[in-house]
Amino acid sequence: MEASAFGTAVKGFRDESAARIVRIDVLLLLAVLGLMACSIYTIGSATQDDIPGDPDYYVIRQAVYAAVGICLMLLLARFDYSRLREMKLGLYGILLGSIVLVYLLGAAARGSKRWIELPFFRFQPSELGKVLLILALSAFLIDRIRRLQDRETTSRIMLLALVPAIMVVAQPDLGSGLVYLAVVVTILFVAGTPWPHFAALGGIAAAAVTIVLAAAPAVGVTVLHDYQVDRLTAFINPSDDPQEQGYQLNQSITAIGSGQKTGRGPDDATQTKLDFLPEHHTDFVFAVVGEEFGFAGAALVLSLFALLIWRALRIMTMAKNLYGSLLAAGICAMFMFQVFVNVGMTVGIMPITGVPLPLMSYGGSSVLVTFLAVGLLQSIHVQARETAAAKGRELIV
Amino acid sequence: MMYLDSGNRPAITPQLAFRVAVIGGFALVMFAVIFFRLWYLQILSGDKYLADANNNRVREIKVQAPRGEILDREGNVLVDNRVGHAVKVDPDDLPGAERERGVLLTRLAKTLGERPRVVIRDVEQQIRIQPFLPATVKQDVADDAVAYLLERQADFPGIEIEQVFLRSYPHEEVGAHLFGTVGEVTEDQLKDKTRYRGVTLGDRVGQSGIEYSYDRFLRGENGKRRIQVDAFGIRNEEDPLHKTDAVQGRNLRLGIDLDVQRVGQEALGSSRGAFVVMHAKTGEVVALGSSPSFDPNIFAKIIRARDLRQLSSEANGKPLFNRATQAGYPTGSTFKLITSVAALEGGLITPDTPLFDGGSLQVGGVTFKNAGGVSHGSLALRQALTVSSDVFFYRLGLAANNKGDGLLIQDWARRLGIGRLTGIDLPAEGAGLVPTPEWRNELFKQKLTDRPWSVGDNINLAIGQGDLSVTPLQLAVAYATVANGGNAVKPHLGKRIEDAAGRVLQEFETPAPRKVDIDPAYREAIMDGLVGAANAPGGTSTAVFSGFNIPIAGKTGTAEKGLGRPDQSWYAAITYPEDPQYVVVATDEAGGFGAERAAPIVRQIIAALYDAKDDGPETTGRVVD
Repeated sequence: MEASAFGTAVKGFRDESAARIVRIDVLLLLAVLGLMACSIYTIGSATQDDIPGDPDYYVIRQAVYAAVGICLMLLLARFDYSRLREMKLGLYGILLGSIVLVYLLGAAARGSKRWIELPFFRFQPSELGKVLLILALSAFLIDRIRRLQDRETTSRIMLLALVPAIMVVAQPDLGSGLVYLAVVVTILFVAGTPWPHFAALGGIAAAAVTIVLAAAPAVGVTVLHDYQVDRLTAFINPSDDPQEQGYQLNQSITAIGSGQKTGRGPDDATQTKLDFLPEHHTDFVFAVVGEEFGFAGAALVLSLFALLIWRALRIMTMAKNLYGSLLAAGICAMFMFQVFVNVGMTVGIMPITGVPLPLMSYGGSSVLVTFLAVGLLQSIHVQARETAAAKGRELIV
Repeated sequence: MMYLDSGNRPAITPQLAFRVAVIGGFALVMFAVIFFRLWYLQILSGDKYLADANNNRVREIKVQAPRGEILDREGNVLVDNRVGHAVKVDPDDLPGAERERGVLLTRLAKTLGERPRVVIRDVEQQIRIQPFLPATVKQDVADDAVAYLLERQADFPGIEIEQVFLRSYPHEEVGAHLFGTVGEVTEDQLKDKTRYRGVTLGDRVGQSGIEYSYDRFLRGENGKRRIQVDAFGIRNEEDPLHKTDAVQGRNLRLGIDLDVQRVGQEALGSSRGAFVVMHAKTGEVVALGSSPSFDPNIFAKIIRARDLRQLSSEANGKPLFNRATQAGYPTGSTFKLITSVAALEGGLITPDTPLFDGGSLQVGGVTFKNAGGVSHGSLALRQALTVSSDVFFYRLGLAANNKGDGLLIQDWARRLGIGRLTGIDLPAEGAGLVPTPEWRNELFKQKLTDRPWSVGDNINLAIGQGDLSVTPLQLAVAYATVANGGNAVKPHLGKRIEDAAGRVLQEFETPAPRKVDIDPAYREAIMDGLVGAANAPGGTSTAVFSGFNIPIAGKTGTAEKGLGRPDQSWYAAITYPEDPQYVVVATDEAGGFGAERAAPIVRQIIAALYDAKDDGPETTGRVVD
């Protein structure tokens, strides 16, 4: 089967390439392109006045990131993801290395940093780390798939994820750290880790949260910075502190609420235009959608995310091998966590964690990494379709 | 168990399907929660959040209405407005933490050239009292400082530059005591819903003087501007969302004659004293001044405590004190007018009853002497007023004390307006005091004085000495009442309300006078005596008015202050006594004899009143009254 697929590839690169492109998941592609279009339109209208004299600063950059990202995605779709399994150590090494590099550069600049300054944009290793972690963890887990019942397997995998997660949280990038945790738990879950292990993990997590938020500060040990704790707890009662974190939250809720059914339109969206809404092109971009386009706009964006997640779940079930399923699970977890936490934050039902909204929020690292992840999903889809085709069995699209 | 092979696999296992379904179900629940939340925020509560969003960005700014101008009887501007810039800070847009606020205010104070400590204290106090209103940092800011701040709005969050109309007094010290001050309305005042209808906290209203009495007319209607503000507090001033123009207050025309007012004030110079010029028949006040005076422009801004202390200090003569309406003095011989009316009406004498003036009168072992110890011999009322015989009036005081309840003079004093409010349209008028046995005995009972009432008190009262306390304005009312034959006029400053073009909107009616029955024959006898005093040989002020071509009647007064203090000089005059036109009263707290100081002042004032060219008296003879 592989051989025949390989043979086809040898026969004619064009044919094979064309076939692979046809075998991509069209609905997934549509969802991604639709979200990107929404992002560019929203950012374009929201950031007109942000940089005096350069009204298109953000929208041009976001469009370039999108174009590069789409190319990356299509390239990756043609590539067989299974080969990445053997590169797990290298990928994991790059993951840790790049995070350490940020530390070193940050120390050199006498200040904490989350990114590496590149000629064109600020590269944020913690973003790329999301995909690297998914690739490496899934591979490590496949290696021990026969010993899935062992507690040691679960704890090893958890440890592999916790090391980069803690390093990233200390950067400080709490949001990415939490994404890593969501990813590892989902991968373990989909792989079939027994329920008692999850119960134990839940217990440990509850204890950890208690220690970090209550016990450690009481004895004078700083695990999270004060502002991080404030952000995490602000959503419980935003009016407690209307100046700082509560202010952002109140402004975000006001922006979304004032959008009503069909929105105030880009010109009259005063929460965004007059800068009441902070971070309106990055973390709070969904509030801009809510204010400018109302319930209708917000529902459209959410529906596109729902489509994306549905396709990711479907790809999970049709992957040609378990590695593909686990990759799809990790990517699906990454999307779900970021969408629910970010949107939940803007509507005031989740803590402020600084998680970007995938594809919607402005930012080169986030956009490119998201397209890489979608590229992997497409690759899994293409490989599954090719395998099925080679078997002479049609998959239901 | 799970997968036999980690590579290819034929079909999806039930476990994987279940776990994927769990994830799918979880996603479904999360989407549902978010949709419901969006529904709640946008559809169910959308109106509320839209209102919140608009509140966020819209600021309503009050546009202060300029007050009406105050004009003299000829239309000369006495009080008008000057545009100034006030720097305020909006507590909403200030940093919340007190320390950060202190840093900002310190920077602001330095820019404005004020002391940071004082500014911070003032602003914090204002914010404590009115947490939702902009607090004033400085009332009258120079143009270059305003330009500097406007260019750097982003460096000074919460700062507002407001155009304010400040009162301006082009004639500075002239008439300063009439106008009073304008200041922010207090919370207590706002409880008076009728007087302060349409006024809101932060508005400036008249707080004293004419500004207070006629505030209803002078006060304009404030306008409003709704403007858009961004998150940094930067205002879009050019393009207001909505605008209502302010309407200027109406102009008030006074009966005051600026020239007469100025002459009176210049005549008093740096002396402590007062003068009143009033229509004898209507009570319309033509000039009313107090000395020392002050420049009211100092009150246009927020006055410094040090300046206020100086303006109220006794050593400086309390310039803020309006001696014409608030200060009570013994009036010396000018009081003989009242004693005359009382004696005639009380039947103690007729106009022609002769009494003997031997230079002194002995009552109960006390000798009451004429001033200077002269003896006038036997004389009747007219002559007694002309030469100002004290002994003649001592005898009347003695007789009044022994007649009936002994309050003949006191009763007539009150009827003629002494010891009661005149009702002038200026707030904070003094009532004065007419001493009575009851009053003095009560004081004695409370051990506030060394002796009870005695006949000597009444004898002293008859010539305006002792415990008597009369405001110059009250004396003017008494003279007017006698001169006009019994109408106790109500002095008033306001004449009419006009619009900016000078069209009359409302003419104030002459307040109805209180009627006092005075026999015309008595009035004539008294007027004859007063005419003689200013014109006849031997008259106390004949020398002062020699060569003066306006017919007047007048009475000098020299009030003894005791304790080695100089005597207070008084003069009360009536022009055209046949058909009286004006009453003029002047006093100098340390002027000595009436003819020496007060009478020449009155001559200058009357000359100005009739635009008469007058070089003053040929001699200022030392005439004793």
